[in-house]
Order: sequence, then C-alpha cells, then structure tokens
Amino acid sequence: MKKEEIINLLPYQNPFLFVDEIESISENGVIGRYTFKEDETFYKGHFKSNPITPGVILTECMAQIGLVCLGIYLLSNELNENVNPQIALTSHQMDFYLPVLPKERVTVISEKEMFRFNKLKCKVKMLNEEQELVARGVISGMLKV
Amino acid sequence: MNNEALIAKLKAIVAPYIQDEEAFKNLSEDTDFVKDLKINSANLVDIILDIEDEFDIRLENEDMEQMLDVKSAMNIVTSKLNN
Repeated sequence: MKKEEIINLLPYQNPFLFVDEIESISENGVIGRYTFKEDETFYKGHFKSNPITPGVILTECMAQIGLVCLGIYLLSNELNENVNPQIALTSHQMDFYLPVLPKERVTVISEKEMFRFNKLKCKVKMLNEEQELVARGVISGMLKV
Repeated sequence: MNNEALIAKLKAIVAPYIQDEEAFKNLSEDTDFVKDLKINSANLVDIILDIEDEFDIRLENEDMEQMLDVKSAMNIVTSKLNN
C-alpha cells in the first residue's frame, strides 16, 4: 500500500488530522511527520496568550502516525475505499521532555511491539527539528476491519 | 492441574485488569470477563497473552472468541495442555 493511500484512509480531517507525511513504513514500524500550524484551534486556549501544543495533542499525533497509519498498513490487504478500519485508543503511557510551539515540525518514530488479536501496541517517540526528544512512550489500540 | 489450582492461576492473571472488585472477589467458573469483571477488549488481549506465557501454550483467534468466561478459559487451557 502506498504512503498517500494510507493517509487518505485515515478517519480524521482538519482540525484533527495530525499527519502530513509518512517517510517510511514497514511491518515493524513507521516514521512520519507533522507541522503544527500557527492557527491550530487549541492554541487559542492553551495557554492564554502563550500558545504551546497540549500534551494530549502530541499524544494524538503520535497515535495517528505511530499506531493508526501503521495499523492501516498492517491491515492493508483487507481494506479498500469502502472498507475502513474500526479503531480505538485503549491505553497510553507517555513522558514529555520538551514543549512544541506553533510552526514546529515534529517527527514520530514508532516501533511495533506486537499486533495480535486486533491489539496493536507500539513504542513511540517524537523528535523536534533539532532531533531532540520531545516525548516518548507506549501506545496501544484495537484495530479491526 | 485440578480446577481449584487452575482458577487460582486465572484469578491472579486477570487481577490487574478487572474493573469490578466485588465480582472479582466472588470469582467462580461462571464469571464473565466482560459482563461481570468489566474488562475491556484490549485488556482481554493482555489476559490471553498472559495465559499463553503462564501455561506455555499458543492461543488462536478462535480460542480468543470463545474465551468469554472463566469456565471457557479453563476448558481451552486444559485442552491445550493435554494436546
């Protein structure tokens, strides 16, 4: 499955799509990128006059790239325009190291830990443009056709 | 392994994932993982994986589909151990 096809199959859209591109993807993991726009809706409130990307949004970005894109790839034989995957985040453990500001581009690197009985569990990290660690953790979700 | 020993092992495996303490205290062969213990689908997978490790067996999708309560888990584990 092509990288663009995977992004097209994502069940998100503006203002809640946090995937711009997939750099590489395989059975074992995925690397993808997203640039936080200056006018993302949450910057108005997080924080007052001091826009910083919320940790939950960083986690969401890591889940969309690291878990959902990879899950679509792993299920690609069973998917098409009319058959979308059912997805649900089921748990995550995340540590944060650096803030992400508007217009910053982040890279998400995800390694598959296991995919069995529809449960996908990945070790995921996020780097900023200086290749500094922004966040890392473990995310799990259920994915089925 | 007798039934009591098997239930005790299963009880230890499910303990980290249960939501309903009362149902867990009264766990019996008839206890349903989802309806009684309120375990979610992802943790049900964790339980399956923990059962594989504990008993050194390999479970398949059809085993997972059948494993709805303590009794069916006991039956599946017993039949795999005897194979």
